[in-house]
Amino acid sequence: MSAPAVPSVQTTEVPVPRGVGHLGRWSAFFARRLLRSVVALFVIVTVAFLVLRLAGGDPVRSALGATADESVVQARREQLGLNDPLLVQFWNYLVGLFRGDLGSSLVTGRSVTELVAGRLPATLELAGLAFVVVLVIAVPVGLAFALLTQGGRRRGVETGFTSVTGFISSVPEYLFSVGLVVLFGITLKLLPVAGANHGAASYILPVLALGLGSAASLSRIARVEALNVLSEDYIRTARSKRLPAWMINFKHALPNMLTATFTIGGTLLSTMIASSVLVEQVFNWPGLGTAFVQAITTKDYGIVQGLAIVYAAIILVVNLLVDLVLAALDRRTTLLETA
Amino acid sequence: MSQNRKPSFLRSPMGLASATVVGLLVVLAIIAPPLWGAQASTPNPANLLRGPSSEHPLGTDGLGRDLLLRTLVATRTTVGMALIATACGAAAGLLLGALPSVLGARAQRWFSAVINTWLAFPVLLLAMLMVILMGTGTVTAVVALALTMTPSFARLAQTLSSKVGGSEYLAAARLLGVPKGRQFTHYVLPNIAEPIIVNVTMSIGGGLLALSSLSFLGVGVQPPSYDWGRMLSEGFEQVYTTPTAVVGPAVMVILAGVSFGMLGESLASFLRERTRGRALSPAKLGPAPVTDPLELDPLQEDVLLDVKGLSVSFPGADGWVRPVQDVSFTLHRGEIVGVVGESGSGKSVTMMSVAQLAPAGAAVTAQRLNFDGTELAGMREQVAAKAIGTDIGIVFQDSLTALNPALRVGTQLAEVPRVHQGATKQEAHERAVEALDSVRIPNAAHRATLFPHEYSGGMRQRALIAMSQIGKPKLIIADEPTTALDVTVQQRVLALLRRECEDSGAAALVVSHDIAVLAELCQRILVMYAGRIVEDVDVRMLAHPEQLAHPYTRALAASLPDLDTDRTKPLATIPGEPPDLSKPVTGCGFADRCALASDRCRTEVPVLVQHRHGGQVACFHPQDGSSPEDSGAAGSETTLHEAHEEGAVA
Amino acid sequence: MAELVVSDLRVVFGARKAPIVAVDGVHLVVPDGGVVGLVGESGSGKSTVARTIVGIGAPTSGTITLGGEDLLARRRGVSAVQRAKDVQMIFQDPYSSLNPRMTVGEALDEVLSIHTETPKDQRPASIRRLLDLVRLKAAAQEQYPSEMSGGMRQRVAIARALAVRPRLIVADEITSALDASVQGAVLNLIKDLREELGLSMLFITHNLAAVRYIADSVAVMHRGRIVEQGPATDVVAHPQEAYTRELVGAIPRIDNAGTDYLLRTLEQR
Repeated sequence: MSAPAVPSVQTTEVPVPRGVGHLGRWSAFFARRLLRSVVALFVIVTVAFLVLRLAGGDPVRSALGATADESVVQARREQLGLNDPLLVQFWNYLVGLFRGDLGSSLVTGRSVTELVAGRLPATLELAGLAFVVVLVIAVPVGLAFALLTQGGRRRGVETGFTSVTGFISSVPEYLFSVGLVVLFGITLKLLPVAGANHGAASYILPVLALGLGSAASLSRIARVEALNVLSEDYIRTARSKRLPAWMINFKHALPNMLTATFTIGGTLLSTMIASSVLVEQVFNWPGLGTAFVQAITTKDYGIVQGLAIVYAAIILVVNLLVDLVLAALDRRTTLLETA
Repeated sequence: MSQNRKPSFLRSPMGLASATVVGLLVVLAIIAPPLWGAQASTPNPANLLRGPSSEHPLGTDGLGRDLLLRTLVATRTTVGMALIATACGAAAGLLLGALPSVLGARAQRWFSAVINTWLAFPVLLLAMLMVILMGTGTVTAVVALALTMTPSFARLAQTLSSKVGGSEYLAAARLLGVPKGRQFTHYVLPNIAEPIIVNVTMSIGGGLLALSSLSFLGVGVQPPSYDWGRMLSEGFEQVYTTPTAVVGPAVMVILAGVSFGMLGESLASFLRERTRGRALSPAKLGPAPVTDPLELDPLQEDVLLDVKGLSVSFPGADGWVRPVQDVSFTLHRGEIVGVVGESGSGKSVTMMSVAQLAPAGAAVTAQRLNFDGTELAGMREQVAAKAIGTDIGIVFQDSLTALNPALRVGTQLAEVPRVHQGATKQEAHERAVEALDSVRIPNAAHRATLFPHEYSGGMRQRALIAMSQIGKPKLIIADEPTTALDVTVQQRVLALLRRECEDSGAAALVVSHDIAVLAELCQRILVMYAGRIVEDVDVRMLAHPEQLAHPYTRALAASLPDLDTDRTKPLATIPGEPPDLSKPVTGCGFADRCALASDRCRTEVPVLVQHRHGGQVACFHPQDGSSPEDSGAAGSETTLHEAHEEGAVA
Repeated sequence: MAELVVSDLRVVFGARKAPIVAVDGVHLVVPDGGVVGLVGESGSGKSTVARTIVGIGAPTSGTITLGGEDLLARRRGVSAVQRAKDVQMIFQDPYSSLNPRMTVGEALDEVLSIHTETPKDQRPASIRRLLDLVRLKAAAQEQYPSEMSGGMRQRVAIARALAVRPRLIVADEITSALDASVQGAVLNLIKDLREELGLSMLFITHNLAAVRYIADSVAVMHRGRIVEQGPATDVVAHPQEAYTRELVGAIPRIDNAGTDYLLRTLEQR
């Protein structure tokens, strides 16, 4: 037998490209993913630009209110460049973005970039902490319950686990927030319920509110993944070597269940970033989310536009990172060859 | 699968509960607005922001309106929006997901890149953009939600239809000239419909929650309209004074979200179980069946493995399934014994149970399971595993799945010396390389650092043999070690296995469905049929089928063409099918397929007894005319063959 | 039935930079009413040849004629129903080649309605005849594939192909997914059908012994090429090429029972 593996499935003799180095495949993969993200960001930017210009009615008028003087509205339109031809506006807009200018408020004319700079860290802290909490809870819980309920054992535990996690994951984040506020802030008066000025304690409730639902649904997924992994042949092989249980569970099972769990976890992270808007609103968190809700209520679409781009960029970067982590985890490098 | 016990969807408590709640919600959505709509939106300035009372069980809101009635009336808006958004998202997604399959491969890649990127954007982000375009309001929220749902449905439809598109039955339909439209309606749609229905049901719940979030933020439903999310947001403003205001909508949101999700899950598990059947829990089944106690002979000196009365049972949908029943055999030191049988004969389960590696959930019982002087029967699995240590080495069937894809081959081999022989990391690695070298893997030092997928199939199988050897076992169990391999590779792997045994003096149990493979490799074979050993015979007898005693063994040895089979005669075949072991089998499992079966065969289980060919046979009518049981009926070889052929044609 | 002639068939997969030649200049003739075996190991290209002949894949170059007519040109010109009448294939895995959502009766009825003039009320009789032909009971038509064993499903697949009355049948590893005791029965069935109906068949397998039993002549494929062909019994009894000899020598044989044959093969290399 010579070294190159002959594809063994007879009906699909699909050739595997040879002669491309591992590093080459990595950089090609990275380039493809980066390009895809850049294209997606460009599409979002274009859409965000267009919706504001194509929206029915005058956004400046609706932002400043029906009573505002026409001259004030015109002055603000001129200041924002809204009277230029569309293509010129788009060009200026793109150039501005490259310089880090995310536009400005239609009401106050304040720079969105400044707003973001002041508020982004709070949002990232909240989402990042919650994500860590989710992973730290979900992976061990999922693995533990998989070990407990393997092979149809402990049906009661299985039903309990799926019902409880199913219930928790069906409760939307904002209801969790409201519930936690009512319970810990109002009834028990144990923890701060608004703002971020109370040190570590002020993080507890928002992080929990944001993370609990995701932790429940990810631990369900982690359990199913762990059950799949535990029923794999290579786990039986490890058992046949009479290795200690911790070695089978952590060295043989865990790495294989992580890939699939991270894939879902990655998509959860983008959902959590979006959901942080709700949690911030309830806890009056000084992040992007509260600014966004405020902008919506005041119909300040200049800020909404800028924040939409920031959120999209965060999500794209997060997904790119998740993809890279997954590709690094995946030994068979199937990801590198597909997509 | 039994026809009479098909699980009914509504019989499961979860399915019944969720279907009832969803039904109630739908009824409420229809009748609540005409009944209470006017009353629920009439302000009452005298009764602002009250807590619960007998008149207003959930209190009143800032305009004095009854919160209970408002909660009930809001069902229509909330559920209706979720239904519309899901329907639109599903329709758009199905179109988008199914379209690429008729376009080229390039277009398909682009579509899936678009879908994957789109998939990353959560509902709130799309809502942000929609808000700029259309302002806040119900339509904005519904459109944003539909846009968020579209890519996930598209991906589902894409995955499912590409699965059907690549299926052999669709390929066959194309070859048969089945028209395109009919291919779609009769082949594609029925095979993707169920998962899509399940997914749509679950998505309604998720959509309802997302919509309520949007309304809560003020992006969705605007006053004077209201849904549960809007009510929650209004209630939250007074949460410090009248926290009860959030109770009604909160309960409804959770109830609706949970019950749509549960309905979807019950549907999914119902569909799963309809095709597969759900195993009953061991508690419901009672104790696993055991066999009648045997008289145990004293242990013999040179016997390595002595198994008496081994039975394995699994919980099934209708009771215990018994793939292995009352199996007894012995294995001498250094002996290579083959175990042959068809799929479902219990050969692999027997061997895995002997090695204390039975799948989780299996109930293994034995009267004697003596390995190398240690009695394993009755021991807990972990204790027995410890007692065995590295004395049993195992070669598994599929080398690709039997090796851990995440670990280097060398690492996987080095584990045994590291854990059991106290070797240092360096020593263990050296031993792993030596072991790979001994199964003639070229450049073993380098190959030890590679991952399993970087090996060819034959090389992986040899690495598995090396791994089974590294603990210097007294017994090697090989479970279909060459089934997936080409014949030329198979021969090499078998030869290496044989040589390893000769060199180390280890005994081996080799499982295969191919009697010819075992003939070359083994000294003795055990023939298994329907969970029992029916014959235990010296392998040299196989070359003389007329000396084999059990009708099944004879047919097995003669049923496959060899390189000198007479081409003018039909092959000997066995009519019928093996019995279904999920139901109790009375008498000999082979009786229904046997031309020589008598009434006794159908009522009484034949046990293994010594036979004149030197081995053992479990048959009331053994076939070399020697049995006292079988005075007149013993047919000559020709009558047996003729009988079988007739049976095959009938 | 008609004569199949494959000449100089080449099939190349993959990018221009790293092409994989799956089939490399194959010549093959299946005479009218003859059964030809195509033998090879995984990756030899035998399945690609099969798929090209039935039209699932396209050749890079070469010609295929059936009854003297250019099959590749004809495929472009005629309807799917006409194409179906030329070549039918029986697939390896009877678990995946039948639509799980159609009963056996429905599947056969579909083919009869497309390919024959049989009026609707007479089709049940035709279906019974087809089932009888493959030794299945009439009751089988009520069953879904999931309710049948592998051997029964493969008989259904054979009946479905026969219902078209094709000019050529390609059988792709039709016994390798079946249990040993069932394989023999399917081989017997193919042999009987051949005599009853005068089938022309290309029988593709990795199993030399099965080919020897069922086929008149055999072609041995290795790395995309046919390395040896001739009358089936001769090729197996007196292989000329080194690869064929290796293949024949590697087939496990009951005659070697109890000998050290295996160990000797290890010394030879």
